[in-house]
Amino acid sequence: MSLLPQIAFLAVFAVAGFLLSKRIGHLRRSIMLGKSVERNDQPSERWKTMLLVAFGQQKMFKRLIPAFLHLLIYVGFLVINLEVLEFVIDGVFGTHRIFAPLLGDFYTVAMNIFEFLAFAVLFSCVAFLIRRNVMKVERFTKPEMKGWPALDANLILVIEIILMFAILTMNATDQILAARGDEHYIQLGSLFFSSMLMPLFEGMSNGTLVFIERFAWWFHIVGILAFAVYVTYSKHLHIFLAFPNTWYSNLKPKGEIQNMPEVTNEVNMMLGIQTDAAANPPAEIGRFGAKDVNDLSWINIMNAFSCTECGRCTAECPANITGKKLSPRKIMMDTRDRAEEVAKSIASGGPGLEDGKSLLGDYITKEEINACTSCNACVEACPVNIDPLAIILQMRRYVSMEESAAPAQWNSMFQNMETSFSPWKFAPSDRFNWAEKIKQEEIK
Amino acid sequence: MSNTYKVPTMAEMAANGQSPEVLFWVGCAGSFDDRYKAVTEAFVKILNKVGVSFAVLGTEEACTGDPARRAGNEFLFQMQAVSNIQVLNGYEIKKIVTACPHCFNTIKNEYPALGGNYEVIHHSTFLQQLINEGKVVLKGGGEFKGKKITYHDSCYLGRANNIYEAPREVLQALDAELVEMKRCKTKGLCCGAGGAQMFKEPENGKKDINIERAEEALATGADTIAVACPFCMTMMSDGVKNKNREHDVKVMDLAELIAKSEGL
Repeated sequence: MSLLPQIAFLAVFAVAGFLLSKRIGHLRRSIMLGKSVERNDQPSERWKTMLLVAFGQQKMFKRLIPAFLHLLIYVGFLVINLEVLEFVIDGVFGTHRIFAPLLGDFYTVAMNIFEFLAFAVLFSCVAFLIRRNVMKVERFTKPEMKGWPALDANLILVIEIILMFAILTMNATDQILAARGDEHYIQLGSLFFSSMLMPLFEGMSNGTLVFIERFAWWFHIVGILAFAVYVTYSKHLHIFLAFPNTWYSNLKPKGEIQNMPEVTNEVNMMLGIQTDAAANPPAEIGRFGAKDVNDLSWINIMNAFSCTECGRCTAECPANITGKKLSPRKIMMDTRDRAEEVAKSIASGGPGLEDGKSLLGDYITKEEINACTSCNACVEACPVNIDPLAIILQMRRYVSMEESAAPAQWNSMFQNMETSFSPWKFAPSDRFNWAEKIKQEEIK
Repeated sequence: MSNTYKVPTMAEMAANGQSPEVLFWVGCAGSFDDRYKAVTEAFVKILNKVGVSFAVLGTEEACTGDPARRAGNEFLFQMQAVSNIQVLNGYEIKKIVTACPHCFNTIKNEYPALGGNYEVIHHSTFLQQLINEGKVVLKGGGEFKGKKITYHDSCYLGRANNIYEAPREVLQALDAELVEMKRCKTKGLCCGAGGAQMFKEPENGKKDINIERAEEALATGADTIAVACPFCMTMMSDGVKNKNREHDVKVMDLAELIAKSEGL
């Protein structure tokens, strides 16, 4: 027997591994453009969040129909990858269905489960294609979805459909050959879903069938490897990043905005308060707030790479619902695009962050960040706990403190607060006037 | 001397060597906004009636800084916060109640990082506790019996701090029929005023957020839209007015509803 297929198989694996490691390096460098922050507290709560939200898909179930379809694809992805293990062993050792003799009847049961899931994935992907392209569900047709994002989404679904067809085709042809007594093929019990495809192939010669079976086998394994590389260019990265992303969730109350200790030192000094920190001011105070991706934290950027552009955030955003430009999904997409642009530029010896562009201004406009009501609807809606609000607020800090370019009415509000300790222009001495009337009133 | 409502200040109490059980943080809207002053009065009446030992800061109170922080002005926020914390710590305040979810969120969640650690409760939770403890007893069949009330979730109570049930339990005690809007609780739609939007015109769009929300509230057929936040109060009232329904639909705070049904 020729060793050629085995060598080809290993070569394919090596190429995929090489490409993947390069891409993972790029993704890692893109994410690490962000500032380092520690978020390792409450590990047991973090594991629990990851198990419930990422592994258990908890937040997907706010919308039942997509949740169910997505669950089928997710379980299919997890379980069918077990079959890939057999593919790999067969590929390396030149065997065929190595687990079949070992597992006996259970192998047929397992194959039927895989086939059921392959069919379920197929069904869900078709349903999702219809939702996107025929029903045109609103959140999939927003302006930020034009072009590559829409193509990316459709490509993923089509690739998955083709890969599942490959599995079913392979099993159908494999079992026809086994029934015809080809000694290389192993007769299994009845396989429910692929047997429905058998009539398509019954009339073919053994040679043609072997070719189709081998083609489907190779197509599936090479397809999976190619898809893994593709995912690193795609919004589909959530299949991996959902796990670390949920582990690093913000566990504090959503209403709490992160403190800026570098400001506290100055405020204490201005108010004449002695503190330990004031005696030892930090060596260098960087930029206040965020203008570009390197001003954000690495968790903010990981959030962006975890986003699969489902748009549940945008669908719940009160600003977006009422026709404002703000779309929390676009904030995440822009952050990812800018991080990739900068990382790519640095890797090729380019100017990186100094390319004359910045996240705020060239990607995200002030009109967008000014429209946010900080209501946390986007944060609540995200199935993988992405926090667009954190990025918006850091940009507002940059605009307000570095550029002094907050909207004019906000600047008036700031002035009122500075002079009369209220956002409205009232004399501080009148603050307690409300009580005059009630103090005269008899208790009933 | 006649028996009138008392509103003691911390300064008076401290001068007499007393300390109250709880500080009522009135907030800027509660002090200055004509509509929300009525909520402050209603809450003070309930506190007097129940006999809760409380005090206010009076003119020593200043804005928590919430809108400044959310508009990006961290310096101004911290100036406000640190000054307030000095006052609060000076009086050794342990427990604070407020009728403003923004003040509540800021003092509870954001003051600790600046050295202000207090037990902070929103008045919806406080009222719920008074009802549960039997200190506020609402006679069934009162003014609100059989009337439809819908509750508009404040983002800074709900999603920001996971307070969804306390306000609803207060409303249920009124013996009214609580009807929910389509978007409620975790999916509640913002009134449009959070994140310092209260203090500027909205960005260009096809609709104002408070109109969208008022339409949703009116669609429930409720006679009363209950709110628990001064900004929601303004936004929902404006929305109802915009729809020319202010004559038959009232926007009221939880404290006002309780005070009213108690005849205060």
